[in-house]
Amino acid sequence: METAYFVETIIKIVVILLIFSALAGIGTYFERKVLAFMQRRLGPVNVGPFGLLQVAADGIKLFTKEDIVPANVVGRIFKIAPVITAATAFMAAAAIPFLPSFTIFGYEVHPIVADINIGILYILGIMGVGLYGPLLGGMASANKFALLSAARAAAIFISYEVITGLSILAPVMMVGSLSLIDFNEYQAGGITDWILWSQPVAFVLFWIAAFAETGRTPFHLIANDHEIIDGFGTEYSGMRWGLFFIGEYANMFFISFVMALLFLGGYGDGSFLGALGLLAKVAFFFFFFLWTRAAWPDVRPDQLMWLCWKVLMPIAMINIVITAIVMM
Amino acid sequence: MFEAVAFYLFAFLTISMFYVAVTTSQALYALSSLAAGMIFISAFFFILGADFLGAVQIVVYSGAVMALYAFGMMFFDTTRDVKEKQGNKAIILGLSVISALLIVVIVAAPIVGSNIEALYPVTEGAGNTQEVGMILFTKYLVPFEVAAVMLLVAMIAGIVLAGKKMDLSLTLMNEQEILRMREEDKNKKVLS
Repeated sequence: METAYFVETIIKIVVILLIFSALAGIGTYFERKVLAFMQRRLGPVNVGPFGLLQVAADGIKLFTKEDIVPANVVGRIFKIAPVITAATAFMAAAAIPFLPSFTIFGYEVHPIVADINIGILYILGIMGVGLYGPLLGGMASANKFALLSAARAAAIFISYEVITGLSILAPVMMVGSLSLIDFNEYQAGGITDWILWSQPVAFVLFWIAAFAETGRTPFHLIANDHEIIDGFGTEYSGMRWGLFFIGEYANMFFISFVMALLFLGGYGDGSFLGALGLLAKVAFFFFFFLWTRAAWPDVRPDQLMWLCWKVLMPIAMINIVITAIVMM
Repeated sequence: MFEAVAFYLFAFLTISMFYVAVTTSQALYALSSLAAGMIFISAFFFILGADFLGAVQIVVYSGAVMALYAFGMMFFDTTRDVKEKQGNKAIILGLSVISALLIVVIVAAPIVGSNIEALYPVTEGAGNTQEVGMILFTKYLVPFEVAAVMLLVAMIAGIVLAGKKMDLSLTLMNEQEILRMREEDKNKKVLS
């Protein structure tokens, strides 16, 4: 029994790693196409049909580029920082139920690596640790732009961790569990049962904080091109930079899954249609990340801090108090 | 079998990380290995089945060490080695060994002496999080509340230390003094 479980877990891990590493690449293709259409350009068109092979070309470029470690960097930290970003993104995926359980060749598969009963806390914690990648990369780079980016990463980490934690506290109080599967069961009755309708404030707060945690526009401060070049990535080249990239895109997909499972009913009753629904919701959230990038400018760091501590945190606290009073 | 492997792996990793944190003279190495050690400790909670405490360990300590990084950024050039002022090495070594032994004795003595058992058996049907909540709001309610009050005091102290003009009290000043203060502020803004 234990060996079977062991083998099954290994297979799940490999499948998730392969799918989401590939999705990170394809995600860049979609990002470029969506941004291009929104800005009246064509995007990648030359490599393959509709530019689809651009992903492969970029992959070859990243893998074959010279790996440069500059002279004054702190070697080991500089080398391990991209690995932290990529690894923590995939570690967070361990507690996400990607699909409802299904039967294949008479064997029941649960598409979740570890069904721990504190899934949400674990996912948010590990995603937070993911910001150590930009922080360490920036501090070890011996580059002033990288250092600025590291300082911003630390500030975002310390402040927006508070918002994600407080905003999901109200839904957690309603469901009475920290497991994503319990959240899904709670909302299994259809669209009217979605937590979105009873906790709209928490949903919006979590969504805003998700933009900060994944470092996407309008909170793209840690690698803001027009101020600090590529921030923590300035000194990186080749696949080391590519790992940061995979981590960022995998994080976007995983936080989309978490949002769909927490607030939008997840896979519903577990039918085939429900599974498709979950994927559609995730696709919408991913598209929204790209849409925002095309539509909005970046905010300044002080505006980000102002938004966090003076607007979002009080709203989150009030939301929790009101939820508690209504529940009593 | 897997449990034993995981335990020894993480025990080795934790100890080596903290060893690096103590011995290195490079601030970035010290901070990073401290963070890594803190996160590896959470593995022991997961092995023991205390999932909630494990996740909380990760969340709390990764945030706490992140604050240390911010201080490191302010006070050091983190890409250079820090020159440490070391006194008598024998005294440092002796004192640290003695204090480590003392801590082990203090923690282990009551366990060995009075055969401590788990007094609060696992409640049937309650999850990990509920267990923590129950024990926290019954047996350990007073320490919990005291900790909350202490944190509140620390927060107010932090605000007073960091805020501007916190040594003045508007309620103790009369109207003219307040108006004069506002005028001075305006002048300052014009000058700067």
